[in-house]
Amino acid sequence: MAIDPNSKPHLATGCRLGENDNQRVLLMPERALRLNGPSLEIVTRCDGKHTVAQIVADLQKLYSKAEPHKVESDILGYLELLQKDRALDFSA
Amino acid sequence: MASLQPNPLALVCELTHRCPLHCVYCSNPRELAARNSELDAETWTSVFRQAAELGVLQADFTGGEPLARTDVIELVRAARNAGLYVSLITSGLPLDEAKLDALISAGLDHFQLSFQAATEDVAEQISGTKTHAQKLRVLELLKSRRVGVTLNFVLHRRNLHQFGEMVAIAESSSASRIEFANVQYYGWGFANRDLLLPSREQLNDFMVKVKATEERLRGKIRVEHVVPDYYAKYPKPCMGGWGRKVMLIAPNGDALPCHAAGVIPGLCFENVKEKALREIWETSESFEKFRGESWMQEPCKTCDRRSQDFGGCRCQAMLLAGDAGATDPVCSLSPNRREVDAVLQSVPASDVTATPEFLYRSNPA
Repeated sequence: MAIDPNSKPHLATGCRLGENDNQRVLLMPERALRLNGPSLEIVTRCDGKHTVAQIVADLQKLYSKAEPHKVESDILGYLELLQKDRALDFSA
Repeated sequence: MASLQPNPLALVCELTHRCPLHCVYCSNPRELAARNSELDAETWTSVFRQAAELGVLQADFTGGEPLARTDVIELVRAARNAGLYVSLITSGLPLDEAKLDALISAGLDHFQLSFQAATEDVAEQISGTKTHAQKLRVLELLKSRRVGVTLNFVLHRRNLHQFGEMVAIAESSSASRIEFANVQYYGWGFANRDLLLPSREQLNDFMVKVKATEERLRGKIRVEHVVPDYYAKYPKPCMGGWGRKVMLIAPNGDALPCHAAGVIPGLCFENVKEKALREIWETSESFEKFRGESWMQEPCKTCDRRSQDFGGCRCQAMLLAGDAGATDPVCSLSPNRREVDAVLQSVPASDVTATPEFLYRSNPA
């Protein structure tokens, strides 16, 4: 499922950020994902305000030593994974 | 990390064993906890706080029927305030619009509604009650509310033919997740096993359909299924390993490594009224009993898969091999596997029993 760069991802109903033992986690039905480094930077921007393109641009700046195309494809791959997990919805 | 044990991730909270339904495969023990032995809200609140401090992320409220507790809203609030993600695993009754709104306002994250079938007649045969229409009403109420929704269908010989209708119910709801859980044969389910085990043909048909459905609904509804382990080549990693991820608190406060652990003779359980949760998790004899690999016998002891399935289910080993330390008899490598095969061979290809003589789950005193 291709992701539209102009869409705005947000956490799906039933999913939220949590914290335990100084570790941020994405909580969802029957599952929890630990968030570190890039994954935390991506998920905290899935707020229904940032577009996918903005998230990509932000992280390319944040990880300026990495190859920009690689950063973009990693982000899109991660967003697709979260969508498959039903942790994300995308609005126009 | 000072602790030798990884922390538990989920706390299964059996708030009560009372339930308006009488499902013939109920996961509760045959010996149910009496109402007057149930923990009060204050003790549960302390348990939630201790659990969060121990690293637990999720509290799964179950029962019996958790809604049978008149203080369930207070308990949801207490668990959420402790920092836990709160799931309610429910039959959907007794529940009306006002109570649902109060649960969500109190911080309920996730509502898991169980179904016995796709139609009232089959559901009634399984649960001994007419509750299917109420479940459909609850689904309507959930549509306009902000709470995660999972539909759970328990599958067996008498409802597998309704798979398509079950998917249709889920697709017309606001669910983001469907669980197709085959009956596990312990307790009440074990007593009714010969009336519930699906045939191999039914199962093969289901596997094809569930895979296609998973693919079709990708990105819309997450489809999860549990294979009935009697038909599997290797056992399931029961509870993700004994005392590794999950802690279950029974209505009376006993802390158990799994739902069915009471069937293992000689195993004594600590109670949260007498001991701290951390101490129970880290040092109690019952949680230590089948941790790690030192308890294992052959063929598990030297098997390459022992770190994947942890030897399977201890309670099933007890029930089928008479030894809780044995390899799970559903494993194709188990010396007891032929007894499981014999059970499967007696499953009729098509069911001829018009009115099965089920043992229905009773209610506690």
